[in-house]
Amino acid sequence: MVSSLRRKGMALAAVVAAASLALASCGDDDDGGDEPAGGDTGQASTEFEFFSWWTGAGDSEGKQALLDLFAEQNPDVEITDAAVAGGAGTNAQAVLTTRLQAGDPPDSYQRHVGAELQPDIEAGLVEDLTWLYDEEGWRDVFPQDMLDLITVDDRIYSVPVNIHRSNLLWYNPAVLAEAGITAPPTSWDEFLQQAATLEAAGKIPLTIGPSWTQKHLLENVLLGELGAEAYSGLWDGSTDWESSEVVAALDTFTEVLSHSNLGEAAADWQPAIDPIIEGDAAYNVMGDWANTYFATAQGLAFETEYGVTTSPGTEGIFNFLSDSFTLPEGAPHRDLAIEWLRLAGSQEGQDTFNPIKGSIPARTDADPALYTDYLAMPLTDWNDPEIELVGSLAHGVVAGGAFNTDIDSALGEFVASGDSAQFASAVKEAYEANQ
Amino acid sequence: MLRIRKWGPAALLVAPSLVAIGVFVYGFLGWNLRVSLSDWRGLRATYDFAGLDNYRRLAGDTRFIDGVQNVVVFTVVFVAGTLIFGFLLALLLERGIRGEAFFRTVFLFPMAISFIATAIIWRWLMSNASGAQETGLNKLFDSVGLGFLANDWFKADSYWAVASVAIAAGWALVGYIMALFLAGMRGVSDDLREAARVDGASEAKAFWHVIRPMLLPVVMSAIVILAHISLKTFDLIYAMDAKSRKIETPALYMWFTTFEGLNFSIGAAIATLLVLGIALVIVPYIWYSVRSERRR
Repeated sequence: MVSSLRRKGMALAAVVAAASLALASCGDDDDGGDEPAGGDTGQASTEFEFFSWWTGAGDSEGKQALLDLFAEQNPDVEITDAAVAGGAGTNAQAVLTTRLQAGDPPDSYQRHVGAELQPDIEAGLVEDLTWLYDEEGWRDVFPQDMLDLITVDDRIYSVPVNIHRSNLLWYNPAVLAEAGITAPPTSWDEFLQQAATLEAAGKIPLTIGPSWTQKHLLENVLLGELGAEAYSGLWDGSTDWESSEVVAALDTFTEVLSHSNLGEAAADWQPAIDPIIEGDAAYNVMGDWANTYFATAQGLAFETEYGVTTSPGTEGIFNFLSDSFTLPEGAPHRDLAIEWLRLAGSQEGQDTFNPIKGSIPARTDADPALYTDYLAMPLTDWNDPEIELVGSLAHGVVAGGAFNTDIDSALGEFVASGDSAQFASAVKEAYEANQ
Repeated sequence: MLRIRKWGPAALLVAPSLVAIGVFVYGFLGWNLRVSLSDWRGLRATYDFAGLDNYRRLAGDTRFIDGVQNVVVFTVVFVAGTLIFGFLLALLLERGIRGEAFFRTVFLFPMAISFIATAIIWRWLMSNASGAQETGLNKLFDSVGLGFLANDWFKADSYWAVASVAIAAGWALVGYIMALFLAGMRGVSDDLREAARVDGASEAKAFWHVIRPMLLPVVMSAIVILAHISLKTFDLIYAMDAKSRKIETPALYMWFTTFEGLNFSIGAAIATLLVLGIALVIVPYIWYSVRSERRR
C-alpha cells in the first residue's frame, strides 16, 4: 500500500522536476547570450531585452504601451520583456543581482532612482549617461532638485521615467463627516486630536500594513515633524539622529501607530486600505499607486468617495520616488538600449507611459490634459518651482542597500518596543557604518 | 588488474554523481564558507580575508538572535506536533478503518501543495482582523460560541506567533509522517504479533513491547527529515508575513541581508551557521545508523 503511495510520490516528483527543467531551458532561450554584440560590430541589433518588476495592474499596461511604442519605432527588433513579479521589486532584485554578477546583464533594467542605484555604480555595472543628458537636453527639462539627488560625482547613471509621490494621506470623506471632522489634519498633532474623536465614534483612525508600509509611514511622520531640510539632513549626516527634535518626532511616530490597527496589520497595502473603503477606518498614508486601487480596482469616485491630501505637516513638500532605466556595462545590444533610453526620457515616451501607470512624468513639460483627477495634483506640484523636493526612504531614494536593511532591522524592534532613543542610536550607528 | 575489474565499473557508475555532488554541494559549501570569512559587501565580489568578523557581528545582532530563538521554537513545535499527530493518524488507520485509502490520500494531500499556497491559505485562516474583516478560524470560533479561542495567531506578541506558523507547516507534513509510521507498523510481521498474543499479551502490551521498539528507526528518520525542513523553511514564512520580526527565522534574514542589503559575507555566515545547525541533527543520526548497521 505504502509502496504504491511512494511510487506515486516519485512519479509526481519526476513530473515536477521535468517541468522545472523545461521552464529553466525556456529561460535560457530568452537570454540570447550567444548573439553577436551589436554595439561593437556597428550593425543594428535585432533583439532587445528589458528587465523590470512591473507585472501588476497599471504597471504592466504602462510598460507594455512604452514597449509597443519602442517596437513601432524599431519594427525589426524582437523585444523580450523579462519581468519578475514580487512586491516593490524584492524578487526581481535577487534575480537581477545574480545575472549582473554572472556578467549576463539585460540590455536595460529598472531601478529606483537614488541610493538604490549606488551599489551598481560603485561596482561599475552601469554606464555613465551624462553625455546622453547633454545630447538630449534633459538637464533643462528635469527639475534641478531631482538632478541634484541623482547626480553622483558629477555624473548621472540612469533615466527617470516616472514620479510617484509618497507623502499622501488617503481618507474616506463619509467617515470624517460621520465623526464630525471637517477637514483632514494638517499636522500630526491635529491628527492625534482627531484620532480621539474618531475612536470615540468607533472608527480606526489610521490603517497600516506590512513592515514596509510602517517604514513608509515613518518617513512621512519624520518629514511632517522635522520639515524638508532637517529630513533631508537625516540622510546626508547634517541632521543628528540622536538630537531631541528627531527623538521627539520618533515619539510622535509611536503615538501615531498606537492609534492604528498595528496589532491586526494587513498583509499588504491594498487590504490595509479596504477598511477605509468599507467605512471602518478614516486614514491611510500611502504613495499615489493607491489611487489606481481606489479608482480602477474599486471603481470609486475621486473626491466624493475617497479623498487625498498631503500627509500632515508636508504641505509644499514633494516626497518623491521614481523608477529609472539604466544602461548596464556590457549590455548585449547597446545601440538599442540607448534608443530605448532616449525614448524613455522623451516627452512622448513619458506621456505614453505615465497616464496608464498612474504616475506623472519626471519631465516638467508634460501635457497636462493627460493627467486628470488625482494626477492633476502631483503634476501641478511637481512643476511648481517653489515646491521642496525630498526623496523617499521606504522606496530607496535616500537610503539603499545595507543602510536600508539596517533600518529595517532597527525598525522591527522600534515598532515593538517604542524606544525612540534606542532606534535613533541604532540608525545613527548604521549610517556611520555604511559611509 | 583483477581488483580494478572488480571495483572499476562500480566506480565509473557513481563517478558522475560524485563529481556533481562534489562540485555543487561540497564545492559550494566550501565557497560559501570562504565568502563568510570575507568582507564582501555590494555587487562586486571581494574576497579579502576578514576572519570571524561576520560571525562576531551576528553574535551581537539582535535580529539574528531573535531569529535563532524563533527557529528553535518553530522546530520544537513543528517536529513534536507532526510526530505526535502523524503517529496518531497512523495508529487510527492501522486499526483498519473503512475507506482507509481515502483517508490516507486526504491526509497526504497537503504535502502536494506548495508552501507558498499553504501559507496563503493559513494566513487567511489565522488572520486576526476583527469586525467586518474577520476571517478564518477566529470567525469560525466566534460563530460556534468558542470566541475565547480566537487569538492573534502569527501576529501574537509571544512565541505563539512562530508556533502558529509551525502549525501550518505541520499541517502540510503530517500526512507524510503518517505514511512513514504506517509503513513502519505494517513492516512488523504478523508472526510477531501472533507470538505476543499467544504469550498472553494484550493488544496494548503487544504494541508497546513488540511494535513500538521496531518503530524507532522510523522516528529517527522522521526527526531528521522534519528538523532539516524546519531549519530551511523560507517560503512559508515569507508568504505568511515577510519581514515580521515575530516569525522571522535566520533563513529569511539571510535572504534579506544578502539580496536587499547586499551584505553577501554576512548572508554567507548565516548560511554556514544554518548548515552547522542541520549538521547538529544529521551527524548523530548518521552515527546512529552506521552503528546499528554494524551491529547487524
